[in-house]
Amino acid sequence: MMTTRVLIKAIALFLIATMAFALVDPMPQLSRLSIYNSLVPGRQRLPWGERQNLAYNLSITNLDAMFASHEIAQPKTADEFRVVLIGDSSTWGFLLKPEDTLAGRLNAAQLRRAGKRVRVYNLGYPDFSLTKDALLLRRALRYQPDLIVWLVTLRSFPNDAQAHALVAANCDEALHQACSKYGDPPSLGRWRMLLQHRRELADLIRLQLYGVMWAASGIDQHSPTDYQPVQRDLERDESFREFKPPTLPREALAFSLLTGVASEMSAVPLIVVNEPMLISAGANSDVRYNFFYPRWAYDQYRVQLRESMSQAAGVRYLDLWDRVTQSEFTNSAVHLTPAGTQMLADALTPELLR
Amino acid sequence: MLTTLRNWAVFTASVLALFWLQPAAAIRFFDFWLPVGTLALIAIVWSATQPQFDKRDLLIDAGALCVLILAVASLRFVEALSTALTRTRPPELMAVVLAVLTIASVGALAGRARSRPATWAALIGMFLLMLVVVKTDALAAAASAAFRALQGQGIAQASALDWRWLGFSYVAFRMIGSLRERMNNKLPAMRLREFVSYAVFAPALSAGPIDRADRFLNDLRTPYAPGRDLLAESVLRVLTGAFKKYALADTLALIALNDANAPALRPGWAWLPLYAYALRIYFDFSGYTDIALGIARALGVKLPENFNAPYLKPNLTQFWNSWHMSLAQWFRAYWFNPLTRALRIRKWEQAPIVLTGQVSTMLLIGLWHGVTPNFLIWGVWHALGLFAHNRWADFAKTRLAWVGERPRLQRAVNVAGALLTFHFVALGWVWFALSTPAASLQLLARLFWR
Repeated sequence: MMTTRVLIKAIALFLIATMAFALVDPMPQLSRLSIYNSLVPGRQRLPWGERQNLAYNLSITNLDAMFASHEIAQPKTADEFRVVLIGDSSTWGFLLKPEDTLAGRLNAAQLRRAGKRVRVYNLGYPDFSLTKDALLLRRALRYQPDLIVWLVTLRSFPNDAQAHALVAANCDEALHQACSKYGDPPSLGRWRMLLQHRRELADLIRLQLYGVMWAASGIDQHSPTDYQPVQRDLERDESFREFKPPTLPREALAFSLLTGVASEMSAVPLIVVNEPMLISAGANSDVRYNFFYPRWAYDQYRVQLRESMSQAAGVRYLDLWDRVTQSEFTNSAVHLTPAGTQMLADALTPELLR
Repeated sequence: MLTTLRNWAVFTASVLALFWLQPAAAIRFFDFWLPVGTLALIAIVWSATQPQFDKRDLLIDAGALCVLILAVASLRFVEALSTALTRTRPPELMAVVLAVLTIASVGALAGRARSRPATWAALIGMFLLMLVVVKTDALAAAASAAFRALQGQGIAQASALDWRWLGFSYVAFRMIGSLRERMNNKLPAMRLREFVSYAVFAPALSAGPIDRADRFLNDLRTPYAPGRDLLAESVLRVLTGAFKKYALADTLALIALNDANAPALRPGWAWLPLYAYALRIYFDFSGYTDIALGIARALGVKLPENFNAPYLKPNLTQFWNSWHMSLAQWFRAYWFNPLTRALRIRKWEQAPIVLTGQVSTMLLIGLWHGVTPNFLIWGVWHALGLFAHNRWADFAKTRLAWVGERPRLQRAVNVAGALLTFHFVALGWVWFALSTPAASLQLLARLFWR
């Protein structure tokens, strides 16, 4: 009899809790609750992970929680010159330890600018999408950057590459146009109960728990040593996605998004970098630079990007496409080894100090 | 009528669950043959231990068992259901019929020798040998190679992992226990169906608890009277177990100590994954036990408790009286007590008796988890802890009796004892969680020194 009463009370309490959750909707507040930067150190890159149990990291779409777990959420000190890096998996540092990423290498150089300590924050995020980059860049503005470096490559530009889970989940007003064009805006005015938030809540808890292991081990990525090396012998294929030679249609690429964001950056200097890529010398390298890009498409992209950037006032543009020695790529045409990352860091350093 | 129906349901469901829960095996058809092997061993032990039985009952029970095995095998002919109960398509029906006939013949032979203690001893020896083979990587791999060769499969991939034999450890312990009870004339008369239900009772199949045949039989023969309270009790226990297992243990597993993270742990932080492991293994195992006990309760079977707040116990002896209790009781009944009794008869001193009994018992418990250096060290770790506590308790019994007269002081001593015991057990988990002594020593060094 007593057991039955306990069960009935438990069910009643659960129903009350789930209704209260729907009425109050504490998700925004819960998202900002974080053990990072207080109980455990902030992450050196945004949470992202494919094999959670080995990486102690996971992919989530809650931007508040993502940024709250990042070291950029710490208050900016008076003697800090804050630099933010935006980009794809190359910037995030796929297969690299946090200290070997571009941000890690730049920080290791202990640069100073105008008497301030240059502190570089890695806000790269795996996947190619300019809209995703723009979303993170806009969010980064809340953290008082003194300089933003946005590393891009052609794969991030096609209009049909813009849809991204982060974009779909975070279509705020500023991005609304891009969202409606490329993403899948979520419905507003949701009245969601506890059960409907269970995945999101579980992810938040997991993110905090992995923080313990991040602090305990410094692991934030599963980096297999037996990865498939980047392909150097290529197919004799001249296509880039659905595009065929001779012309890469400008309107099919999201240059307007790039220049639009750049024009908003009047208060914070912006450097756009065409990131290094593999220039293969293997079979059919007369047709393709690498697995990603046929020569004709990439060459036209470089010209178009340079033209776009020349029209964007106040934006510095660096074309570092061939700056890294060809042996310093790991498993893709843009993923760098620690030595390759150092080459890129060396090329960027004078621009950060200029 | 309801009780008979329940008993048949328990029998049928347990036999089918044996096939259904058996993991996939790399050796062809092993996911079918391993459960059949389990049932064969049980039938042989039953045949060798039952002094008398009703032939009609035997015909019905053995017939039902054969029908169930053949029914599972026959699913190979129903395309849509061919992997409904086994991970892969069952083997040829003729092979299964031959196997069933062989089992029946061996069972009949065992039945002829049912009153000979040598038969029981031989069966115990066989189970021990099988446990050693299954738990020793090199031997398991060699056995796997032999079976692969029989099946015409390449032996290069033979591995100990091929022996993922669902519930064999527990079934073996129940069988050895039954044979020992038979030797002592304490095994009750049971029908084949009842004995099979006891040995492979579905809720307790993969992780215990290890029940006693006489107690289980008593429940089976008690009139089954399900009611609202029984159901509520059962549901509450299952929910409690599910919360422990899926909410707590699985969450703690995210940050628990393992071979992959141990080398990377930074000094000072290494305690957290160790604590997480200690709590995770408790919530996982006790959660699973709660689920097993809850389901069994709904069926009218009151399985023995396996845990009683072990981490709150003030000393290691009490910890082992409340951690995996059914396993500890099994070893106490069938190893520790007979051994210490024999040593006492030989006029050994008390301390060497305790040391020998505890070291050998804990070594066996360690090796039961797997024949590896780390499980062996884990067993010795606990044996020495138990011996130290035994000597301390002996010393303190007279000299520190006054502590018990001061309730506050006694409470403080108990709290300190619980903390000390928890940390001793947690440090023992280092040997259990990691696979090599080198990795364990490295972590212990990091926990304390650097």
